[in-house]
Amino acid sequence: MSQNNGYQDMTSTQLLMKNIKEFFGRLNKNKAAMVGFYVLVILFFIAVFGYLDARFGWLGISSTKTNLTARLEGPSAEFLFGTDHMGRDILYRIFHGMHITLGVGFAATFLAALVGVPLGILAGYYGKWIDSIIMRIMDVLLAFPGILLALFIVSILGGSTINVTIAVAISAVPQFARIVRGSTLTTKNLEYIDAIRALGAKDFKIIFQHILPNIMSPIIVNTSIFLASAVLSIAGLSFLGLGVQPPIPEWGAMLNDGRNYMYQAGHITFFPGMMIVIVVLAFNLLGDGLRDALDPKLKN
Amino acid sequence: MKTSEDILREEENEEILRVEGLKQYFPIKGGFFGRTVNHVKAVDDITFTVNKGETVSIVGESGCGKSTTGRSILRLEEPTEGKVFFEGKDILAQSKKEMRDMRDDLQIIFQDPYASLNPRMTVKATLMEAMEITGAVPKREREQRVIDLLETVGLQRHQMHRYPHEFSGGQRQRIGIARALSVNPKLIICDEAVSALDVSIQAQVLNLLKKLQREMGLTYLFIAHDLGVVRHISDRIIVMYLGKIVEYGDTKSIFENPQHPYTKALLSAIPVADPRNKSDRIFLRGDIPSPIDPPTGCRFHTRCPFATDLCKTDTPVLENKDPESNAKHEVACHYALDIQSGKHEANYEMRDVRKNIDDESLEALEGQEEERY
Repeated sequence: MSQNNGYQDMTSTQLLMKNIKEFFGRLNKNKAAMVGFYVLVILFFIAVFGYLDARFGWLGISSTKTNLTARLEGPSAEFLFGTDHMGRDILYRIFHGMHITLGVGFAATFLAALVGVPLGILAGYYGKWIDSIIMRIMDVLLAFPGILLALFIVSILGGSTINVTIAVAISAVPQFARIVRGSTLTTKNLEYIDAIRALGAKDFKIIFQHILPNIMSPIIVNTSIFLASAVLSIAGLSFLGLGVQPPIPEWGAMLNDGRNYMYQAGHITFFPGMMIVIVVLAFNLLGDGLRDALDPKLKN
Repeated sequence: MKTSEDILREEENEEILRVEGLKQYFPIKGGFFGRTVNHVKAVDDITFTVNKGETVSIVGESGCGKSTTGRSILRLEEPTEGKVFFEGKDILAQSKKEMRDMRDDLQIIFQDPYASLNPRMTVKATLMEAMEITGAVPKREREQRVIDLLETVGLQRHQMHRYPHEFSGGQRQRIGIARALSVNPKLIICDEAVSALDVSIQAQVLNLLKKLQREMGLTYLFIAHDLGVVRHISDRIIVMYLGKIVEYGDTKSIFENPQHPYTKALLSAIPVADPRNKSDRIFLRGDIPSPIDPPTGCRFHTRCPFATDLCKTDTPVLENKDPESNAKHEVACHYALDIQSGKHEANYEMRDVRKNIDDESLEALEGQEEERY
């Protein structure tokens, strides 16, 4: 415990900065998590740049232009990652497709959290029949393997970028709801919640000011770990032809493109596959690190 | 003997809290459809009053329903039955909105100083919020009030920007007290407020509570299991056992003249700082029975050395057994007076049972057990 009297002049913003600094200090101890973090930051900027480039054509490169004279070419100085069966440059495709994989992953996770977190809080806080109804529905959703459920939803809604996002999000809702419900149950029984109830606070205030901030850690950790599986699910669905539709250069769809040429031109599947591995690994490493860094028991 | 001072005090004292027939049963859900299969009778029909400006303590073993009583009064749990009058108004009959208006008069201090403060809020935010919720202090005075409160409970004003984890247990308990005080309450329920603290810190916090009581005219309902603490702070004592009040009276009277066998056992458990004092420690046998299916008759009969068949069938009434004494002292025991006068004797040796176990053979002990049942 610090007895530093320098606190007295600190504003709340400065205190927030101090907390963020402390958080990174703890995260920094976990080298693997930091690697994951930096990889993701770099990939994020590449993805944003790739999206803008695909839109405005700054670099004058194309991920969809076919060149049948240069089909199935291996990596070379001209095509760093080689070309696919239509002569499209795989490097450019990965570059322009990055924002789709990452974007859909983030969007799906965000959607899942947006639905799952309130459901979990409602179930945990109010209990009784509300809890029973919400959690039984979640149990039903959990009974199906995530990818199967997503497959099912996509086949109802039809394959498109938005539908695949919704499908992956729905399959993740139960996870969020369950984790949040558990944390809410623990937090709700703490004495400071009783204290605030004894003061006559309304449920809304208790939930948003006292419960939500205290269950953020498990939500953040679950989010970062789920991002990895969201990326995998999306790639998987696209690989099956149910997700993002060609010619959009989604990584899973690219794997599928290269499937028939596995023996002649392995690089077509290798490079998108490698990128998926890198992204998933980075998310997982970061998620593990976050779990440790946000664990209040390790504080101080 | 009733002194003139006592009479004066009694006349001055007006009732601030009256609990009538309070029952708190918690349902036990079971079976496939979540039916209520049974109830935990945490508090079973208790009645008592608290006068303005005094400290009333509730003591008893863990699980006897003392904390639940406090929580029920504040409606942190909705009681099953009964009435709780605060300044003449039935708290339990108030609507949620009316209740909200009454909340600033009734506050609570909790046992665990580590769980009773939101770890994500600074001290200032915690106190400001309390005042904001109840609207007890006008907006522009709140900032100054936070500073005043911190000084009142013995913290520095610059500490208001700190988070709970930067304080020690005793300091946190002071923050908890400051929060309770921030809304100008009339009655504070101290739910094991010092149990989690070191003995030296306990004394500090108790003295603080006493000082505040003198200065602000507060009334305390003090829930504790430590009789030493209770003796130090309370005017009257309620002894609870398994959801019922077994004895109720002035502190002095309870300590000097305990009438219920359970109270006697409790008092004998207070440690005495004298190694030669091999004491008259009374050892109770067995564990506290389950509040789901409490014993019939007197609930203490399963562990009471004085129990007879009457105790197994008839529930004793809480009443004043000693008409000659002027002190307010009620006890729920069929044999309170007879035990006192030596007319009714214990069925077995209860003092220093441990020694007996050493001396006698185990068989003898078993024989004794059989005799009892």
